[in-house]
Amino acid sequence: MGWAIALHGGAGDIPRSMPSERRELREAALRHCLHIGVEAIKANRSPLDVAELIVRELEDNPHFNAGKGSVLTSNGTVEMEASIMDGNTMKCGAVSGLTTVKNAISLARLVMDKTPHIYLAFDGAEAFAREQGVETADSSHFITPENIERLKQAKETNTVQIDYTQRVEVKDASLPVPNENGDSQIGTVGCVAVDSHGNLAAATSTGGLVNKMVGRIGDTPVIGAGTYANSYCAVSATGKGEAIIRTTVARDVAALMEFKGLSLEEAAKHVIEERAPKFTAGLVAVSASGEVAMPFNTTGMFRACATEDGYTEVGIWPNKTWDGEV
Amino acid sequence: MGGWAIAVHGGAGVDPNLPKERQEEAKQLLTRCLNLGISALRSSLPAIHVVELVVRELESDPLFNSGCGSALTEKGTVEMEASIMDGPGRRCGAVSGVTTVKNPISLARLVMEKSPHSYLAFSGAEEFAKQQGVEMVDNDYFITEDNVGMLKLAKEANSILFDYRIPIIGSDSCSAAVENPIQMNGLPISIYAPETVGCVVVDGQGRCAAATSTGGLMNKKVGRIGDSPLIGAGTYACDLCGVSCTGEGEAIIRGTLARDVAAVMEYKGLGLQEAVDFVIDKRLDGGKAGLIAVSGTGEVAYGFNSVGMFRGCATEDGFMEVGIWE
Repeated sequence: MGWAIALHGGAGDIPRSMPSERRELREAALRHCLHIGVEAIKANRSPLDVAELIVRELEDNPHFNAGKGSVLTSNGTVEMEASIMDGNTMKCGAVSGLTTVKNAISLARLVMDKTPHIYLAFDGAEAFAREQGVETADSSHFITPENIERLKQAKETNTVQIDYTQRVEVKDASLPVPNENGDSQIGTVGCVAVDSHGNLAAATSTGGLVNKMVGRIGDTPVIGAGTYANSYCAVSATGKGEAIIRTTVARDVAALMEFKGLSLEEAAKHVIEERAPKFTAGLVAVSASGEVAMPFNTTGMFRACATEDGYTEVGIWPNKTWDGEV
Repeated sequence: MGGWAIAVHGGAGVDPNLPKERQEEAKQLLTRCLNLGISALRSSLPAIHVVELVVRELESDPLFNSGCGSALTEKGTVEMEASIMDGPGRRCGAVSGVTTVKNPISLARLVMEKSPHSYLAFSGAEEFAKQQGVEMVDNDYFITEDNVGMLKLAKEANSILFDYRIPIIGSDSCSAAVENPIQMNGLPISIYAPETVGCVVVDGQGRCAAATSTGGLMNKKVGRIGDSPLIGAGTYACDLCGVSCTGEGEAIIRGTLARDVAAVMEYKGLGLQEAVDFVIDKRLDGGKAGLIAVSGTGEVAYGFNSVGMFRGCATEDGFMEVGIWE
């Protein structure tokens, strides 16, 4: 038993040729977020607060695809989405289609706390944000030059979203290489946390896919797909949204523990290795007893974790120092 | 392998005082839809076609809360949502915030078949509908006299109501509500009758499919998304079974109800009826809901913990049932 925190900044085809300064920038951001979370959980903040806090940090960081730094739709706009879930009460909140809300995850939390609903989207979600007085910004806050370039490249090779088979030659190796479906899979940020009493929470936020259709909803706001928490575990998934939705990735980790008696490690591994199609998904998960799992079937996943007994890890690609044991 | 089986529903949670002629109308509609599905199955149409066909019929009839006859938002508009899932390959499509598409379930099918995504919402979904050339109508087409009156009542009561089809008799209905102790979602059952529609089918080749469509809650916030479009919550299909849920959307989302029927079959080895009973008993946590399900081996089952559910089912060996109460 003990607290544990795990977070991610997206799974995908992350080129190992990524320049070291680009890599270090992101690793530093992961460490920074982890540090903030560890301080908060040591100060007895609830896992729900900690997950929200860390995701806010990741949203504010322009190097990850959520909040500031969100990727662009085919119209060059941002449409952000997020969800949050409390394992104790099974209460949850979700938002989609946000265009001006600085921290989508906090609006999801407000939907959970302040409305009779779970999920608000587009104009209705924006109107609710105004009612609640959350911080908003105009689109220039969210749109980065790097993402304008990404959209341009996506459109050049893939103007109409029918042929997703072409690969894209990317000049800047730090930019995500679109997979055979043309998606930038380096998207989505998330955090899961458990305190020493076994209280669990999960939170996930994203800008979605580069060149996505306006109105597209991915797995991130869908409870059971991108985010799930109950009394067994908390899970935040990342990768190709459509695959994660049909695999109900986050719920299935918990369902395997609950209905089949698997450990967190076994359940997470089964979902990523046996159920989600190859090269589509990764997840971070913590169990009520403080275990951590961070499997992925993509080239890499920006990830970090820390546990009460002093274990800390920050990683991008598979490496030998991480074998799933804490 | 058993033969084909089909089930339809028109929502869980029925006013015990619902006038007899309304009950008869509902049963006639359910019977007509069952027969439509049965004919299609006898013509060897695949399950995914049959669920779409049947839900289209339910949407086009103003009786239940989907398509024409949908519940109204707080602004007096209609915002519909739907999802569909094909067991083989677990392909799925979903739409939310649809305002001018005559048959949302067919748009969900098109999202599945013709877009790179699995879920489109609001203006993006409408735009996609125009591109695909589906039948569009004015928002007024969906709005019925009954529902305009219901919204007025709901606003007077300052509460969020599910659609219902009880003749409006002014303030008398409110006093009747007080005398009636049965509640759902904290509301007297007489002003709460979720009439989401859905259909599940297993065809003669053992292929399962599920489809669900709704107008959502009466007096809902603009932008509110419920369980119906969420894969794993309102709708799910895989090789083992097809499931469509109805009732208190927020409880269904938290319980990932549709996926859980399949998950306990898969991970716990339960039979179809056992699985349905298990999730209704264990996974709703006080929420009121119902569901219909078929298995890949040709069984059909339903369950609900609400007062009544409009439902009908039939199997290839000649069994047929249409009912409202337990």
